[in-house]
Amino acid sequence: MKLKEYLAQNKKVLLEKWFDRIIDSYPADSSSFLRNEKNRFNNPVGYNISHDIEFLFDSLLGGGDDDRLNECLEDIVRIRAVQDFFPSEAVAFILLLKDVLREELAERLSERQLVEELLAVNEKIDRLGLRCFDAYMKCREKIYEIKANEAKMRVYKLLERTNLIDGKSANGE
Amino acid sequence: MSEKSKKPQEIIQTIDYKPPRKKWMDPAVEFRKGTFNYSASVDKLKYLDLPFPRKWQPTEDDWQLPDNWQEIIHKGFKDRLNKYRSFRVFMDICVRCGACADKCHYFIGSGDPKNMPVLRAELLRSVYRNDFTAAGKIFGTLAGGRKLTVDVLKEWFYYFFQCTECRRCSVFCPYGIDTAEITMMGRELLNLVGLNIDWICTPAANCFRTGNHLGIQPHGFKDSIDFAVDELEELTGVRVNAPINKKGAEILFVAPSADYFASPHYYTLLGYLALFHEIGLDYTWSSYASEGGNFGLFHSYETMKRLNSKIYMEAKRLGVKWVLGGECGHMWRVIHQYMDTLNGPADFLEEPVSPITGTKFENAKSTKMVHIMEFTSDLIKHNKIKLDPSRNDHWKVTFHDSCNPARAMGLIEEPRFVINHACNHFFEMPENTIKEQTFCCGSGAGLGTDENMEIRLRGGLPRANAVKYVHDKNDVNILLCICAIDKATLPPLLEYWVPEVDVGGIHEMVGNALVMKGENERATDLRGTPYPGKEGSENV
Repeated sequence: MKLKEYLAQNKKVLLEKWFDRIIDSYPADSSSFLRNEKNRFNNPVGYNISHDIEFLFDSLLGGGDDDRLNECLEDIVRIRAVQDFFPSEAVAFILLLKDVLREELAERLSERQLVEELLAVNEKIDRLGLRCFDAYMKCREKIYEIKANEAKMRVYKLLERTNLIDGKSANGE
Repeated sequence: MSEKSKKPQEIIQTIDYKPPRKKWMDPAVEFRKGTFNYSASVDKLKYLDLPFPRKWQPTEDDWQLPDNWQEIIHKGFKDRLNKYRSFRVFMDICVRCGACADKCHYFIGSGDPKNMPVLRAELLRSVYRNDFTAAGKIFGTLAGGRKLTVDVLKEWFYYFFQCTECRRCSVFCPYGIDTAEITMMGRELLNLVGLNIDWICTPAANCFRTGNHLGIQPHGFKDSIDFAVDELEELTGVRVNAPINKKGAEILFVAPSADYFASPHYYTLLGYLALFHEIGLDYTWSSYASEGGNFGLFHSYETMKRLNSKIYMEAKRLGVKWVLGGECGHMWRVIHQYMDTLNGPADFLEEPVSPITGTKFENAKSTKMVHIMEFTSDLIKHNKIKLDPSRNDHWKVTFHDSCNPARAMGLIEEPRFVINHACNHFFEMPENTIKEQTFCCGSGAGLGTDENMEIRLRGGLPRANAVKYVHDKNDVNILLCICAIDKATLPPLLEYWVPEVDVGGIHEMVGNALVMKGENERATDLRGTPYPGKEGSENV
């Protein structure tokens, strides 16, 4: 069976395992909530991760448009960029899929064609990893921009009246 | 995120995405940049006569605690257990059923188990068991007891300043444990050894000195209000009167000070001014009671009492009949639940009656202070003002129930009633994120500083997530709220999570929609944004 067919047929199981690995990066006492609470408003972290990784997985099979792909990556990175992670840990979720695939296909790693296909998929995953890095930097830069803007808006009217600011510069325009 | 990055080789060798399995009793906390607040400045602590003013920061190993700090905390704990029966009950009664565990916005956004309200309370409860219960004294950790060590104290500081006292968890507690009051006790105990944060103590000291958080003096206050009067005239063509310190006025109006110096609060101020003028209200501002907010609530009972006292003092000095309060959040927890016994009874005031409709505000019979949302919805109900909601057609609105008006005073329907009359396009967020179950902005209770931004963005995720839902589904482009902290902290929150959505106050919408006698045709809304087809036209 070709790798693409395997991925398509085993999508549900692979996604579950990938999701579990990502959730394992959170403290043990919280992982059961993040894994099991299905209401998207009660558990935005678990819900967003589980939905976005499905799109990312499909993209490996060749589906989906590029903008949506970036959105999904950014959705997850935006959350992890403000949680208690090192930068490397925050973006590593994408690489966990490689571990899952390697383990699930362990018995077939002697098949040359499959290995070649797997290398190609891994390369795609690596590229997504690099995009995650871009997304992470974008989020962190945003945080510092927000901090600077907040300081201005807090006393916006006073600064405006003392001519230390005008409306456009306060809004970063 | 951490300040220090690992070298590539270290990452390859050590990478392990599973956090270490730690027991909750292990108190070690890492103070990473972005996840804590700076300590209170020495001069502000001195100004408020608070104990042990000194220079220190949470990131330092030595917090320069007084030698007998354990004794001080133990005594403080004992005093509070004796003084507040509720505190003792809250310490004893929890059965750790877990109903509150996944209700805290900080837990939901961070996945940090010590942000579960039950576990946050356990940080205090474990010391209570160890020091004040027979089982804890004999069996120690086996009975869930912990000794009060420096690390435990640091953990208290870390987590009690990671609770916004929003009380969402309390809604779900079958015993009605008020976790906010546990946090308040935790913070009071920390204060006893001089551990507090600047974002609470500086506004509190300023407020004690001049009457408002920024320390604006009476002439500056008058200047701010006069400026708003001028600007409102430019926008509407109507010159309103905004009396300050007017003796013998019928009503004293108290609003959060951010309304007159911050954005987008300011547009709500314009709304108040337009409304009061239009109905011919006999009212006055006070240059000393120039702050509705009370950061004493986030500090200690004593500080809350000192800051709150100015409202009744000014009401008495000016000889008003009753007090009207503006769009503020925690201010209403203080007024509704504490003011009557803090500084009351205000028997020199009269039971509030609307001079326009004759409605008696019986719910405020004792405090003599009415929420502006009750007041305005009553005006609308009696057709006393004319509103043209089409002037808000550029806004697709949703409403964030601010924690304290919703949960501490049950103000659920009035804001919606006003919005529905002032706006044509109102979309509710999902039921489990609004009304009594509303999600906090993540920055209340004195935690809205920029050094604490990552905690705020985590804590605000559940709220922003629901806003994003109505934005995607209904094109919502403004989040209304009735709290000054919300108006200050939701814009940065949404800038991160849902940048297409603005933030505003309900009285800003009222001010836009209000048809005023003698007004010019409005070319812009109160923000100065031109209405479609009016771009480039002069507004005077």
